Amino acid sequence: MTTVKSNLAAPAPGALVLTDGTAFEGEMIGAPIETPGGVASGEVVFNTVMTGYQEVITDPSYAGQIIAFTYPHIGNYGTTPNDAESRRPYCRGVVIRDLARRRSNWRADGDLDAYLARHGVAGIAGVDTRRLTRHVRDYGAMPGAFGPAADDEALERLAAAARAEPGTAGVDLVGEVTTAEPYTAGDGPWRVVAYDLGIKRAITANLGRIATVEVVPAATPADAVLAREPDGVFLSNGPGDPQMAGGVIGALGDLLGKVPIFGICLGQQVLGLALGGRSYKLPFGHHGGNVPVRDESTGRIEITSQNHNFAVESGSVPGVDETHVCLNDGSLEGFACRDLPAFAVQYHPEASPGPHDSRYLFDRFADLMSEFWGPTRTAQRIGADPGGAG
Amino acid sequence: MPRRDDIGSILIIGSGPIVIGQACEFDYSGTQACRVLREEGYRVVLANSNPATIMTDPEFADATYVEPLDAAVLEAIIARERPDALLPTLGGQTALNLATELANSGVLDRYGVEMIGASEQAINTAEDRDRFRQAMTEIGLRCARSAIAHSMDEARLAIDEIGLPVIIRPAYILGGEGTGFATMPDEFEAAAAAGLDASPISEILIEQSVKGWKEFELEVMRDHADNCVVICSIENFDAMGVHTGDSITVAPTQTLSDVEYQQMRDAAFACMRRIGVETGGSNVQFAVNPANGEQIIIEMNPRVSRSSALASKATGFPIAKIAARLAVGYTLDEITNDITGETPASFEPTIDYVVTKIPRWAFEKLPGAAPVLGPQMQSVGEVMAIGRTFPESLQKALRSLEQGRFGLNSDAGEAQYAERPTAELLDAIRTPTPERVFEMAELLRRGADADEVSSITGVDPWFVDQMLAIIDERAALEAAGSPSRLGRRAWKRAKQLGFADAQLAWLWGTGEAEVRAARLEAGVRATFKTVDTCAAEFDARTPYHYSTYEDEDEIRAGTRPRMIILGSGPNRIGQGIEFDYCCVHASFALRDAGYETVMVNCNPETVSTDYDTSDRLYFEPLTTEDVLNIIDAEDPVGVIVSLGGQTPLKLASELPAELVCGTPADSIDLAEDRERWNALCAALAIPQPPGGTAAGPAEAAAICDDIGFPALVRPSYVLGGRAMTVVYDHDELAVTMAELAQFSSLGREGGLSAERPVLVDRFLEDAIEVDVDSLRDRTGDWMLGGIMEHVEQAGVHSGDSACAIPPPSLSAETQQTIVTYTRRLADSLGVVGLLNVQFAVKAGEVFVIEANPRASRTVPFVAKATGVSLAKAAARVMAGETLDELVADGMLPGWSRNGQLPADGRTGPRHVAVKEAVLPFGRFPSVDTVLGPEMRSTGEVMGIDATFGLAFAKSQIAAGDALPSGGTVLLTLADRDKPEGLEAARVLSELGFDIAATAGTAGYLRGNGVAVATEVAKLSVDGHETSPGEDSVQLIAAGRIQLVVNTPRGRGAQIDGRHIRAAARTHHVPCLTTVAAARAAATGLREWLASDLQVRPLQEFHAELDASMRREHA
Repeated sequence: MTTVKSNLAAPAPGALVLTDGTAFEGEMIGAPIETPGGVASGEVVFNTVMTGYQEVITDPSYAGQIIAFTYPHIGNYGTTPNDAESRRPYCRGVVIRDLARRRSNWRADGDLDAYLARHGVAGIAGVDTRRLTRHVRDYGAMPGAFGPAADDEALERLAAAARAEPGTAGVDLVGEVTTAEPYTAGDGPWRVVAYDLGIKRAITANLGRIATVEVVPAATPADAVLAREPDGVFLSNGPGDPQMAGGVIGALGDLLGKVPIFGICLGQQVLGLALGGRSYKLPFGHHGGNVPVRDESTGRIEITSQNHNFAVESGSVPGVDETHVCLNDGSLEGFACRDLPAFAVQYHPEASPGPHDSRYLFDRFADLMSEFWGPTRTAQRIGADPGGAG
Repeated sequence: MPRRDDIGSILIIGSGPIVIGQACEFDYSGTQACRVLREEGYRVVLANSNPATIMTDPEFADATYVEPLDAAVLEAIIARERPDALLPTLGGQTALNLATELANSGVLDRYGVEMIGASEQAINTAEDRDRFRQAMTEIGLRCARSAIAHSMDEARLAIDEIGLPVIIRPAYILGGEGTGFATMPDEFEAAAAAGLDASPISEILIEQSVKGWKEFELEVMRDHADNCVVICSIENFDAMGVHTGDSITVAPTQTLSDVEYQQMRDAAFACMRRIGVETGGSNVQFAVNPANGEQIIIEMNPRVSRSSALASKATGFPIAKIAARLAVGYTLDEITNDITGETPASFEPTIDYVVTKIPRWAFEKLPGAAPVLGPQMQSVGEVMAIGRTFPESLQKALRSLEQGRFGLNSDAGEAQYAERPTAELLDAIRTPTPERVFEMAELLRRGADADEVSSITGVDPWFVDQMLAIIDERAALEAAGSPSRLGRRAWKRAKQLGFADAQLAWLWGTGEAEVRAARLEAGVRATFKTVDTCAAEFDARTPYHYSTYEDEDEIRAGTRPRMIILGSGPNRIGQGIEFDYCCVHASFALRDAGYETVMVNCNPETVSTDYDTSDRLYFEPLTTEDVLNIIDAEDPVGVIVSLGGQTPLKLASELPAELVCGTPADSIDLAEDRERWNALCAALAIPQPPGGTAAGPAEAAAICDDIGFPALVRPSYVLGGRAMTVVYDHDELAVTMAELAQFSSLGREGGLSAERPVLVDRFLEDAIEVDVDSLRDRTGDWMLGGIMEHVEQAGVHSGDSACAIPPPSLSAETQQTIVTYTRRLADSLGVVGLLNVQFAVKAGEVFVIEANPRASRTVPFVAKATGVSLAKAAARVMAGETLDELVADGMLPGWSRNGQLPADGRTGPRHVAVKEAVLPFGRFPSVDTVLGPEMRSTGEVMGIDATFGLAFAKSQIAAGDALPSGGTVLLTLADRDKPEGLEAARVLSELGFDIAATAGTAGYLRGNGVAVATEVAKLSVDGHETSPGEDSVQLIAAGRIQLVVNTPRGRGAQIDGRHIRAAARTHHVPCLTTVAAARAAATGLREWLASDLQVRPLQEFHAELDASMRREHA
């Protein structure tokens, strides 16, 4: 049974100040801020999902960012270890309109506020998050800082912290989130090495259906990957600017053509750069669970889960078919190499949170491995009749 | 794939009259569909019997058939119009059933009509419970487990499979006898045995009980390329067991994790694909076990539904409009989202606010019906409110209901709960009722355990805690004690929780205006946000707004002068879709005149709350505070208060007088204030029935001594005949006065007094009642809209009576008197806009009953009957234009200005239109069907044809009471009805009907030469036989009676004949309760049987009338 959280009596007043000086009032929630001066700072982005706050908060791709939720009620169904997408949250803070006073859901084993506190994530509630969203939409994702703010002096301090915050362009955030040691996940028939650029558990779970996944640190060189004799290489999602993921891009030069490759999100961006394409930063990114994407090969629409600020420029990648397009803004959502066994999507077929429309992409990866290695190896892997698998 | 070019014309079937379970949401969806299909270049043919709808405005379709929704009639329409396609998914269950019937009977094949938007197979799979269950099992989705048993052995076997708890329903029983519920094995044994015993064929259905589970709905859409999207998710506040239409519902879901939500989304798509809904919208309902998350699918509707309308208003995604486009070939990605203007419709709306819908019931109008909510829908309307949080939207929704409450608590209305003991309240909340949310609030205020309240009610703990947030805040506000003690943040917090200024004023014992002033002084004012389908991710083009208390206001300055139109709030008996029609017309007409139109309303079912209808839409409660906030935001040149019924009219005196358009507020008071009104009538030499006002029983008795019986007794300031009674002697008068003193709002406000008197008037028996709608401009120029003669005699509420244009029996002289009186009243009241006057005509003398200087519920009927758009003209007149200018502008035909009736039935090939009321008795088996001075109809239909008889017959078919073409008619007539009843009996006899009658009636008929085939035994008051032979109830039950005429009148009328009427209702035999209706029916039948069915579109009727009037007035 759930318990009633003590009434939020006299919450500490707080404020969020953006780098352009725009200020929002609110109340402090989550962990106390331990940094000097009590300021949490990062790039402020908004996410439009109505369910799945815990998955979002624990998605390592938010490293360096403060997440503002557009849906006003957050925390209603509590938290559960089952919904954590990584070991811990990497985001710099959360901004919400209204924190649930009590949770209610049979799956939950704790309250969001306590969860944030336990993982050292500070937050600010009571904010006019719609105003914040409109501001970020109109002026772009920008750094911001929040913390307790009882007076004008505190606001000044927050403004200075916001101005000092570098944002995410040109910053290596992957290093912050990648695994220190390799580990294995899943027990599917294929063998896949997954570069952890900030991988979500839902990805290893989905890959784990088709493969036994060896998750390796972002800095793993190509020869070390090939030494594991994988059937395929997976490039995960992750935070920040793909330009800063130089190691992986370099490794891809040695992997392309030797083994089938599938990339998701940051994985698409590093693959695009490795193939000679260009990346750019979107004004405020795509962060939500309702983005329409068309699969150009079938004409079908998928409602996708998305979380990225950077993207691959359409038309910039040589030798690929652009397979998926975003219907909201026409941006490139997926491509497949014409002459190499490699493809990628910008969005999140693993969902979590979000719709399950795109899970077929994991099967497409399995098909690609099967096609690349031929019937004999396929039969070895999946135990099927080689004739039937050809 | 783009639009289909292989079809040129499309037939759309509407949903007919407003009934419980099928309200004006289908006017909204049908209107949208007509509009987009015409934009796409199709010829649209529309069939709908409801004249109060926007969709039946002649400009919305190429051919508009206001004809009965009946398979034979539709076949005639199809034969005449030869449409290529039939779109049946936008007219509710009515349209879907008719389409299935037309498909099954081969009509569609015969005329080569393709059903689009749905297939016969999909409809059948979704509608047939067994096929549905089987289909869901095939795709791995769970339905409630169930089994049929014929013995205890079978029952015991079944329970092992199903598991407890279960519901046991005996087969072939009426009224739920023998239905049981079991949570324990011994209870099951007993309940199964009782059920088998109760069933005449010893058969029971044992069904897994999901009572107390949480209920959810998803609104989904699919295109023919198999793209599926969820438009809106809805979570019910009330647990399973209460019909979703009677539940408080909230969008989006609040207590589902993403894992559970996505599982539900997958299931909804799988369901839609398996059922085979190829294009369009569907609604899928789920039950979720709160203990372990187990999901089962309850049902799916393969069509646009009430929930679709709610979902459209909740998200800004126009489901019906998109469904219509999908039906003609488009895919979702080919359609642009209107709101962003850039992104495609193939996405899932995300919202950044909370929407709460609360139903409105009418139990107070239906004595005998228990106000207990259950699996059958009983509400007559609903409100929706938008807030940034659930507490804010809940309190806004509660005050939108207009039932005297300003929110969850902190108002005068909470007193009635405060005086009830805790134990009683704890017991009361076990049963879902309209009061339960307030009872829960009172218990929480007393410190009841929130978990206990949750477990008793099945309302999720999260919702209960949100209520508690309001209650905690109330305690803090009460402790603060006065407005001066609140800082800016405290003010803001209270307002963010949805507290109205009126609630704060009540808590602090001060005035609402003082609270408002203090709040504005503290710098806390309403901000307006936008409903944009995308949580502000993209710039919205559509100005659809709601108020909240945040930092930023999104209202953009207008470019043209703004005119605010106040809508009519939730549908209720006495105030329904007719007023929404008027408001929508005002918006159209004022936009044409160059204004920026601003609509304010809180009813999600309506056309007025479509963001396309006005230049700006504010989805807000219609209270003083909320309207003043909008006035502040919009800086309008005027506010229209007289087209939305009583709701906006009540606010008129609270708004800045210089902004109120049309008739001055003082004139409204003059017409309502009894003393002033009597003085006015006397001064104008217009006769009134004698009467007076009484502040207590003694005064009432004295008045009756003076004027004599029978007398009509009613509270002042009433809507829809609320609590009106006809009394025949002093005893009845005393009973009625005692009831009135305690009754509902009157009782709640402190009973009778000089400020709240009762009106006592001589009741004119056997008078003909007449309704007149007219229009006067600011220069004093005046025009008649129409004179309607009621079929039922005076005493039956005008809203429940059938009426006809032109008046079938009034002499030209009487009509002239009526015209003269109406104009005289309009002039002396200084009316600028509409004036409705009710008259009673007795023995050629015309008495005025009442005058209402506002839109009446007959305005749309007049417009459909005559083709003259009275509501549009009224809006323009209120904005300052003259009738002459409107004629010059082409809005009014020149002949409408001649003061003579637009359709007087005297010359040329003219038509007759009959409006008939539709009553909700089928839903309330314990309520007597006899008509009286209290209005009880929920909707109306119109029959239109060459003669009164034919139009009346059509109106009866349309109302669902098709007159039989032969068989036996049972007549039981009150003595004074016998002479007139004789005439009806003679006609029916000539038409070949056998006559059955009770002894007295039979003797009278025989004595006057009418053969009576069966003399029936008389029933006593308690339903037992008092004379030998088969009684009426037995004859009706045996199917030997095809039409009942039972006219109880005078003393004891409530009981006399009740069993006969109840039997007629149970066995679906048409039952007429007035002799006037019987006479009309006999005339109608005679003409109906003698002629072939003719269907004609309104456009033809109107053109013909216009041509004939032009010739006449040339």
